[in-house]
Amino acid sequence: MATITIDKVSRWFGNVVAVNDVSMSIGPGITGLLGPNGAGKSTLIHMMSGFLAPSTGTVTLDGAPIWRNQEVYRQIGLVPERESMYDYLTGWEFVLANAELHGLPHPGAAARKALALVEMEYAQERRTGTYSKGMKQRVKMASALVHDPAVLLLDEPFNGMDPRQRLQLMDLLRRFGADGRTVLFSSHILEEVEQLARHIEVVVAGRHAASGDFRKIRRLMTYRPHRYLVRSSDDRKLASALIADPSTAGIELDWQEKALRIQAVNFQGFTTLLPQVAQRAGIRLYTVAPADESLESVFSYLVSA
Amino acid sequence: MNPTVARLTLRGLLGRRRGLLLLVVPVLLLLVSAFAAASSGNHHDLVVDILGKLGLGTLLPILGLVVGTGAIATEIDDGSIVYLLAKPLPRWKIITTKLTVAIGITWAFSAVPMLLSGLLMYGTKEGLALAYTAAALVAGAAYSALFLLLGVVTRHAVVAGLAYALVWESVIGNFVEGARKLSIQQWGMAVAESVAAEGSLTSVVSLGAAVVLLLVVAVAATVLASVKLAGLTLASEE
Ligand SMILES: Nc1ncnc2c1ncn2[C@@H]1O[C@H](COP(=O)(O)OP(=O)(O)OP(=O)(O)O)[C@@H](O)[C@H]1O
Ligand SMILES: [Mg+2]
Repeated sequence: MATITIDKVSRWFGNVVAVNDVSMSIGPGITGLLGPNGAGKSTLIHMMSGFLAPSTGTVTLDGAPIWRNQEVYRQIGLVPERESMYDYLTGWEFVLANAELHGLPHPGAAARKALALVEMEYAQERRTGTYSKGMKQRVKMASALVHDPAVLLLDEPFNGMDPRQRLQLMDLLRRFGADGRTVLFSSHILEEVEQLARHIEVVVAGRHAASGDFRKIRRLMTYRPHRYLVRSSDDRKLASALIADPSTAGIELDWQEKALRIQAVNFQGFTTLLPQVAQRAGIRLYTVAPADESLESVFSYLVSA
Repeated sequence: MNPTVARLTLRGLLGRRRGLLLLVVPVLLLLVSAFAAASSGNHHDLVVDILGKLGLGTLLPILGLVVGTGAIATEIDDGSIVYLLAKPLPRWKIITTKLTVAIGITWAFSAVPMLLSGLLMYGTKEGLALAYTAAALVAGAAYSALFLLLGVVTRHAVVAGLAYALVWESVIGNFVEGARKLSIQQWGMAVAESVAAEGSLTSVVSLGAAVVLLLVVAVAATVLASVKLAGLTLASEE
């Protein structure tokens, strides 16, 4: 049982605030660190893996500080985002070197086991420089778990993987989580995190925006106000019919687009209401388009919540 | 010494094109000395020019730079150093291992060919061959330590190292008396002077001062590099 605790941590680079007063605790099981590009995910992972000092606050593993404490690596396995990994070594030599560097009593056996776990034995005699992205990712995984760590930290592990490799890695991480290990991975893709993580931490623009299981995060995202762009046979009439309903928060006529911009209180209510209202008033709907369904807007909603 | 760190460093340094690049130094030295040996000039002066100016003054610092920075700066630049650092390994052990490998390679590719060149041109006369070899050994070790440190503290280690080796030691050192005394090359010359026969070589620093300064530079660079490596920060990929 290993827990990483981030306590009132901020990190800035010059006058860029990458992480802003974040507190969270990462325990056994799989945690997804979700956030758009530049949110501060890598910065947080660097601090959790001892490669960056917090500007303020503390990052600890079971109470022990992680920065400048190389003993924590007996418990932590890190899969970094960058790809370079001594590309003149074969997969086998690379994982074996990692086992030896940990000072394991039987480095050969540990390396064999780790390569088997990620199913990379078939390519272990090839130089890592010749590997595909997914293969590199798996050998990096093998090097991170060669010492059987209690904590596994992965920065964007699914980047560049094809669907099959993605499923394989998810499977592997699930087994790790089920063993009671602490697994944390970062991603900017909600679906990816949802599929895998028991618990989700959302960061946006350096701030800790939300935290909870995937149902809670989904709910936050589903019941946020949604914006729609609607065109119909009679926009004015539709507007006055809709404004009376409580699930409509705001309507405005866009003259340029010749359309209505509608802000709905919640997703489900509005999508059932709109066709009913239109039918009763004898109005034909031409277009109903969500106006801002990008992940960015979902995130920015979470931050302002 | 950590054998795994040593093995990785050695393969990184000697593998691929860098290994061939390093071979330029001994090949060049031996070729030039072979021509010199066959020539009919003043052989004492030829040895001073070839082993002193070309070997100790130019090739050795460049070799030390390529090897010293190559032993660690390449890994820091491409980020693969994380695989060494995410281990329960004392940082000073990583540095001393890499330094040992760097010194060994610098010696093999400079001191050994300098000894052969000296013997080829001048035999054992005046102890010149041995004197320049001794200078290459001590200066090679000090350059390795200094350039390894540069590799840890700056992303522009090669430029900084070239500035020191070529601008400070060669250009400024030739004009400014004080600068000349603060130069690894001159400390090496002080050692050479004491090894060679009385009166055959001269240097601007006394042997005692040179030995102390060489030790201070080598030890301080190693300690500082260890401290800096322990606080190495990973930058996000831009
Ligand atoms: N070394 C650095 N120097 C200056 N700014 C930095 C540095 N590292 C990160 N930043 C800034 O901090 C912010 C957070 O960066 P970080 O890499 O942690 O984001 P991220 O969530 O990992 O993004 P991505 O999804 O693109 O990987 C960004 O604005 C980034 O530009
Ligand atoms: Mg990142």
